[in-house]
Amino acid sequence: MSALLSVQNLRIELTTRDGVAPVIDDLSFTLDAGEVLSFVGESGCGKSMTALGIMGLLPDRIGRIAGGQIMFDGEDLTKASEKRLREIRGNDISMIFQEPMTSLNPVYTVGEQIAEVLRAHQGLSKRAAWAQAAELLDAVRIPNPRGRIDDYPFQMSGGQRQRVMIAIALACKPKILIADEPTTALDVTVQAQIFDLLRDLRRDTGTAIIMITHDMGAVAEMAERMIVMYAGRRAEEGRVDTILEHPRHPYTRGLVSCVPHITDHLTEARDVLTEVPGIVPSLRDFGQDQCLFAARCTMAEDRCRAQRPSAVAFGTDQRADCWRAEDV
Amino acid sequence: MTDQTNPQETTPTARSPFSEALEMFLRNYAAVAGLAILILIALAAVFGPGLYGTDPFDMVWAPFSPPGADGFLLGTDYLGRDLMAALLHGARVSIVIGLAAAFMSVVIGVSIGALAGYYGGLIEEVLMRITEFFQVLPTLLFSMVIVALFGASLPMITFAIGIVSWTAVARITRSEFLRIRELEYVTASRASGASNGKLMFSVILPNALPPIIVQAALMVGSAILFEAGLSFLGLTDPNVVSWGQIIGSNRQYILDASYTVTIPGLAIFVTVLCISLVGDGLNDALNPKLRQR
Amino acid sequence: MMTPDPLLRVQNLSVRFAVRRGGFMAAKSWLYAVDDVSFSVRRGETLAIVGESGSGKTTTALAVARLVAASAGSAHLGDTDLLALEGEALRQARARLQFIFQDPYSSLNPRLRAGAIVREPLDSQDNTAAGDRQGTVDRLFQAVGLRPEQQALFPHQFSGGQRQRIGIARALATQPELVICDEPVSALDVAVQAQILNLLRRLQGEFGLTYLFISHDLGVVQHMCDSVAVMYMGRIVEHADRLPLFNTPRHPYTVALLSAVPSVDKARRARAQRVLIPGDPPDPVNLPPGCRFANRCPLAEARCSQSEPPLREIAPGHKVACHLV
Repeated sequence: MSALLSVQNLRIELTTRDGVAPVIDDLSFTLDAGEVLSFVGESGCGKSMTALGIMGLLPDRIGRIAGGQIMFDGEDLTKASEKRLREIRGNDISMIFQEPMTSLNPVYTVGEQIAEVLRAHQGLSKRAAWAQAAELLDAVRIPNPRGRIDDYPFQMSGGQRQRVMIAIALACKPKILIADEPTTALDVTVQAQIFDLLRDLRRDTGTAIIMITHDMGAVAEMAERMIVMYAGRRAEEGRVDTILEHPRHPYTRGLVSCVPHITDHLTEARDVLTEVPGIVPSLRDFGQDQCLFAARCTMAEDRCRAQRPSAVAFGTDQRADCWRAEDV
Repeated sequence: MTDQTNPQETTPTARSPFSEALEMFLRNYAAVAGLAILILIALAAVFGPGLYGTDPFDMVWAPFSPPGADGFLLGTDYLGRDLMAALLHGARVSIVIGLAAAFMSVVIGVSIGALAGYYGGLIEEVLMRITEFFQVLPTLLFSMVIVALFGASLPMITFAIGIVSWTAVARITRSEFLRIRELEYVTASRASGASNGKLMFSVILPNALPPIIVQAALMVGSAILFEAGLSFLGLTDPNVVSWGQIIGSNRQYILDASYTVTIPGLAIFVTVLCISLVGDGLNDALNPKLRQR
Repeated sequence: MMTPDPLLRVQNLSVRFAVRRGGFMAAKSWLYAVDDVSFSVRRGETLAIVGESGSGKTTTALAVARLVAASAGSAHLGDTDLLALEGEALRQARARLQFIFQDPYSSLNPRLRAGAIVREPLDSQDNTAAGDRQGTVDRLFQAVGLRPEQQALFPHQFSGGQRQRIGIARALATQPELVICDEPVSALDVAVQAQILNLLRRLQGEFGLTYLFISHDLGVVQHMCDSVAVMYMGRIVEHADRLPLFNTPRHPYTVALLSAVPSVDKARRARAQRVLIPGDPPDPVNLPPGCRFANRCPLAEARCSQSEPPLREIAPGHKVACHLV
């Protein structure tokens, strides 16, 4: 079975004052239809850039795809025209963002904003679009959708606004939904509602989801596979359960154990949390021929600082880009 | 100490916000050029009259001798007075009035804006209504009335200009105070027991200064223009030469001897333009949001 | 473990804000951000106040620190009622409790060098000699894991985690008895959070600090606290020690809140007793009668929307505000 989305050796470059930096450096992955894949990492590791690259929404004049392929349904998106990308965006691939406060237009009602997408992409009549907008609001579990369709964004809570964003994203039944930190700005009980909604929508529509997050708990809850990103490169990739059970990259291990988790049964014991010292390197230092995590890694040896590690496979579904992956 | 910060992080050198702003300013060539010309004008105003020696009120030659003729670089006016001497002396007066009036506006505007923005409530209501009152006054008319009533001395003209132009500073200061007052470092100072005076003047004000400095720079330019306008209308001390006064006293001869009006006009134009360029450069240098461009 | 006299004892604290709805002429009504809240913090321990946005947890902390005005109640720090102090006495008392802020970017004055930021509370309190102050600043920098030469840098030259270390050093400068931490790690990257949490716990041991720890992150709270107060819509709904609260929560809201936290623990996910609470909290200005959680509560009965349940002790040290418990 061929994958729905297949990214090969993707390289995205960002031009900064200090020169050109590879914010995505030789990244390859695949996404199957109906699958949930999660990108994890700290801010500044290139998670969002991957999403923007797929959407063709890299910042003008600053960012560009410098190499590789993004094959979607047999079509290379890196070679597609702007017009074609516009057709794909919102229709085949949609995106929801972190900040539900600012991603809706404050001067239009939510109904108008949903109907607008339907009319633009699917050529529905005004009346048909309006009726379907109400159905979508119902599908994302906004109570009393026919009454709320005339609300302006400021009349809704943060959770409801994120539901409206999901309704807009799903309006054209996309094959892929990219969710960039979709619940980071929301309360946990609302986050649980949104996760529940996304899970049900995927089951009903078969939409594949790429979820970008920094929260391992959210990954465990939502995704089947995950890719841990560090400084523009893949650190580790594999099935979520496998990786959580036994991470093979020191960075993944750090990400899992540096956060205090609620476990099934708490005890008096509270250990000192594992620290990942230091911070993500600045863009200037991206792209060097060494392990970029070496500076923060407790296991680093000379080889790590001399050569970029190659992938080590564990079983069929786990790969870690680390020279000492066997020892982790 | 187990959790020293990452030893691989290089320690950045201690650079003050001032040195960063300076670097940013120096990158703006128009602003640097403007500043250079302004320095030349200031030097001319300070040392020019002493070096040049001629009294601008002395009749030294035949009236209306054009620039360059008979050894007078800029010619003479309708009374045969040396225009070069007038320009140099006038520079002093124009610049001093510009600086003094701008200074006065900043003092009034910052005080009122700071009090209104910091305390809020009734104090803010009253102060902002006063500000609005001054804002809607027809400025030229109001300052003409002041000068006409209290006499056309230099301090009075400065006062008349300053009293009508502080409102912009007050509004900027108030809005900056409103914004910064809510930031957590101000709360942090308050939580550690800082007094109101300390909060206002040593915590909030330094952070509110950048837009005020820019506004003050631009105000020097507009005060010079304002003074020229008043002088042109004759509302000026007849015993003191200023650029506006040169234009005003020669205006009847604009067709016969246009240089007597254009030359001081050009001086005003160049000075105000340079001030604007410097103000613009300051704006870029002091505004951290633009710094990343 | 139980000391008889708590360091901080807050009783019947309320904070209200005036709101105008429906334009200029509308009548004033009150929003009770904190409504009749009582709790105490034992010396040398950590009390966490958890809740979602709008629960009033941060307002409670700000009111205790006298950074917003309380409309009723008392907050005794030792024998001093902080809420009754005015003028110079208040300024003096501020040295005894300090605040660590959420946002390490806006909580440091960008025009001061790091050393001056940490010294500022000492200068404000002016009861130490200038020479001693530099020594104190040096010690604090070392205690929070910063190098002495970094005192000369400005805030924007530090990373988020380092800035939060500066904020912690500043809070410790006056040797406070109580430190209020308002979401101290929620603005930081996950990998950096651990550094700060470990630091806070180490400093607590070293200096015998008492923390009032405000957070929405139950994982962090679980790691940091000795006891927890759960707030919902301005009220404490459950108040208990760490283990009873996390292992046997009694209030339906606490249960739902805990079950909503995504977990990497397979055993916990496998139990899959997720309690989804639907809808949104009620309008805080027009609160319905009865329990504030009734409209979202999976267990609500008729009496829940009629009378408001008081916070009562159901086991030693375990208080719950629910009719059904």
